[in-house]
Amino acid sequence: MSSSGPSSRLSAAQLEQRLDDALLASSSHRSVAKLARDLEYLPRERQDLVLHWAEVCTQTNAAIGDLVASLAPRALVLLDAAAFEAWVLAALDRYDRHGARAAMESLRDVAGFRAARDDTRDVALATVEGRLGRFVRGLSGRTLRIRAGAAAWTDTETIHLPARLGVLSDAGANRALYRAMTALLWAQARFGTFNADLEAAVDAWPQRERALAWLAALETVRLEACIARELPGLAREMAGLRGPWPSELTSVVDRLGAPSASVADSLALLSEYMAGEAHPPVLVHAGTLDPAAARRVRAQRIGRETEVLRHALGAWKAAPGRRPAESSSWEATLADDAGPAEFRIEGKLVALPEEARAAAQSLVQDLGEIPPEALAPAGPGAWKPTDRQGEGAHYVATRPPDHYYDEWDFHRNAHRRGWCHLYENDLPAGDAGFVREVSQRHAALIRRIRRRFEALRGEDRVLGRQLDGEELDVDAAVEAVCDRAAGSEPSSRLFARRVRCERSLAALFMVDMSGSTQGWVNDAEREALVMLCEAIETLGDAYAIYGFSGWTRTRCDIYRIKGFGERYGDAVRGRISAIAAKDYTRMGVAIRHLTRLLVAQPARHRLLVSLSDGRPDDFGDEYRGQYGVEDTRRALLEARAQGVRSYCVTIDRHGADYLRHMYGPARYTVLDDVRKLPLKLADIYRRMSS
Amino acid sequence: MSPTELRTITPTLETQADEPYYQQVADEVALFEAAAARRLPVLLKGPTGCGKTRFVEYMAWRLQRPLVTVACHDDLTTADLVGRYLIAGEGTIWVDGPLTAAVRAGAICYLDEIVEARKDTTVVIHPLADSRRVLCVEKRGELVRAPESFMLVISYNPGYQSVLKEIKPSTRQRFVALDFDYPEAALEARIVAIEGGVEASVAQRLVKLGQLTRNLKGEGLDEGASTRLLVHAAQLIGAGMAPRTACTAAVARALSDDPEMTDTLDELVRAVF
Repeated sequence: MSSSGPSSRLSAAQLEQRLDDALLASSSHRSVAKLARDLEYLPRERQDLVLHWAEVCTQTNAAIGDLVASLAPRALVLLDAAAFEAWVLAALDRYDRHGARAAMESLRDVAGFRAARDDTRDVALATVEGRLGRFVRGLSGRTLRIRAGAAAWTDTETIHLPARLGVLSDAGANRALYRAMTALLWAQARFGTFNADLEAAVDAWPQRERALAWLAALETVRLEACIARELPGLAREMAGLRGPWPSELTSVVDRLGAPSASVADSLALLSEYMAGEAHPPVLVHAGTLDPAAARRVRAQRIGRETEVLRHALGAWKAAPGRRPAESSSWEATLADDAGPAEFRIEGKLVALPEEARAAAQSLVQDLGEIPPEALAPAGPGAWKPTDRQGEGAHYVATRPPDHYYDEWDFHRNAHRRGWCHLYENDLPAGDAGFVREVSQRHAALIRRIRRRFEALRGEDRVLGRQLDGEELDVDAAVEAVCDRAAGSEPSSRLFARRVRCERSLAALFMVDMSGSTQGWVNDAEREALVMLCEAIETLGDAYAIYGFSGWTRTRCDIYRIKGFGERYGDAVRGRISAIAAKDYTRMGVAIRHLTRLLVAQPARHRLLVSLSDGRPDDFGDEYRGQYGVEDTRRALLEARAQGVRSYCVTIDRHGADYLRHMYGPARYTVLDDVRKLPLKLADIYRRMSS
Repeated sequence: MSPTELRTITPTLETQADEPYYQQVADEVALFEAAAARRLPVLLKGPTGCGKTRFVEYMAWRLQRPLVTVACHDDLTTADLVGRYLIAGEGTIWVDGPLTAAVRAGAICYLDEIVEARKDTTVVIHPLADSRRVLCVEKRGELVRAPESFMLVISYNPGYQSVLKEIKPSTRQRFVALDFDYPEAALEARIVAIEGGVEASVAQRLVKLGQLTRNLKGEGLDEGASTRLLVHAAQLIGAGMAPRTACTAAVARALSDDPEMTDTLDELVRAVF
């Protein structure tokens, strides 16, 4: 930083002034004065860096801003500018996820941050989580969640792994170690570690922890042999990672490696080891055991899946046209490994639904067989699954969010990860009379809109003079005969082909249901939607309508009014009538979610039309103002990057200056008179889609 | 001019001499033969590469009838199936399409992936697929009556993503439907070993790999590895490639372009071999 002369540096007094502005009024004057003195001797770029990030952090949390400023001089000794930014962003990320205390702890550990950043052998679970999840899904055929935890263990549904691994000498090896740990934990469930009463077995020993550790080590030997039989490549990798077995275990490798070995053998050997004094060896890739948690989760799953299977068998039997003798019973044949089970009744193979086959496969993994009680078909209606009850139409606080979305924080110039909690809701039907009344009142207008739209409809056209086609092009053929008679070369383009001009378009309308639309804006929105539906129906384009509202980032609601696959029938009409003013306008998350829905549509062109009544706004100060504008702008940019064209219609009589900036990535229209909306919207759609 | 006086080209069809390899899975051969005896059309359902086409080839050989296969696509028109006029000198000449040729010859006509064809195209097969058993060649003003031995077979893959590509009930309800799926492990290993020319132990591992990839269906993969892909891998191994290289090329890269997914598939390949 020698280029920055002392003249451009900020003096302590200037710094004090700037810090006062940046840190709001939260700090005492004395501490600000001290901070300014600490920062005085930094080069100008560094001073600006600190001031910038202190200000950014203060907007999130005043105490974090203070702490960043006060730790900065020390941190900048260890960190360069890029690392400093990463250090602050990591802390803000922790604030978003775990709160202020965690963020401050993270900030104070500058040395730890530096070490982790330097240490290239370290692998963070977050960077390999997705891969491990898919890997284990491939192995097991059922979804096992991956979570960060203090140790490696599994309850048979969730695999807990350390958040970082740096045990081995390079990153590749540590990634392989993650894979080995995951596979071993999967193997615990797959090869029956929990098929015996482990709790009783270890509780029998006064040194319970030592017994558990020995058992885990013995099971590792057995499970590795199981893996080697099915997945020799993976087993070789594991052997390479752990090196030779420790001497305490070499004597049991043969016994536990036999194909017939089960957890009972491990338990038998456990008694021998516990009789001695030796401590269990540390195996780098072995996890720990938590028999109680595993038993609980496993019992629940077995119960659930037994019911799923019984229900499917019952449903099969009850289907019309099937009259197997009452006494006939089901037989399940199992493939010799994780393959699907086959079901026969009276010797005949029966195809069961996917769900039931998955349940059967899962039961086989847990129990090694399908228990007889699962093969007793359930009577009709006996099954009331508890884990899939239809959710209430309105928001239920106890229900976990359907999706998490990032949000753009312009202060940080970075996303806040998983910041918004999005709930999908069905709008309960309202009075369908509203739609009838609107269609009657505006019958003439609707007819006019329809006629205009009909002109856009894709129709078949016949292309003449083609090299190939289903029919002869008679004109061309006659011409060719004449040409030949006249002695010139005839054209070979003698065929006619029919081509279909398809309108490959999917449109999604996003309707503001915030409190400010109460009254005539809401009425106009609903009227506009009625006319729009009538118009698009004549075109046959795929379209959907969703409403959005919300109350802070933890409750962003999306209301389905019409899905893409849905017909414009009474249900949809009822929901259009039910569009009502609710809470606030957190636009970014709605745009992100609906973009995702649009991208899944198999159309060539995708159109997102938003309908709102002003600037984005949410409860609390945070989203109001520039933050919301920037987040919305960002979301629109992201949509464009995914091939979604967006168009915004805003009813805002003040036509404020933020609109151009916010809707820059999209195209937009500002209406000063809400009564123009119905006509305008149909018109916009026509222009955008032709 | 009666239809017979028109200048017409009809391709000649032959029956296959050599027996194609086919491993029977359940009672599909008997069912097909019964349907053929009763002149019923057949619909084969199943994922890609599970042996539908091979089954039809085998049955055509077994019944000693010629086989006409049409791979349907979304531009397939009625004329592509039935036939069209071509210009020849001063006049026209009619060329029978594959369907008409099959009807005239009393062959088995196999329309592969019927859902891919345009909706209006599938309607021409309707009169052939019920008790009328006639093909209306509108442009010639001719009604071709199907001989005893003519048989219509169509196939589709119900696992397909798009709802647009559903088979119409009026079409599907004319057919006897046979379900196909990947064979169970031991049988599939035998098929891979015989078709791919590899040892049983290698075939078993390939089948294992196939099952692991099928577990990823819906988690980023539209379909797991088909029996056909496994056979390809086996053939590469048989040609001297290292198993990992062969599986990476024939299975992992063939299933996905998504780098994260191919990474996962590579890991599974390394786990098995």
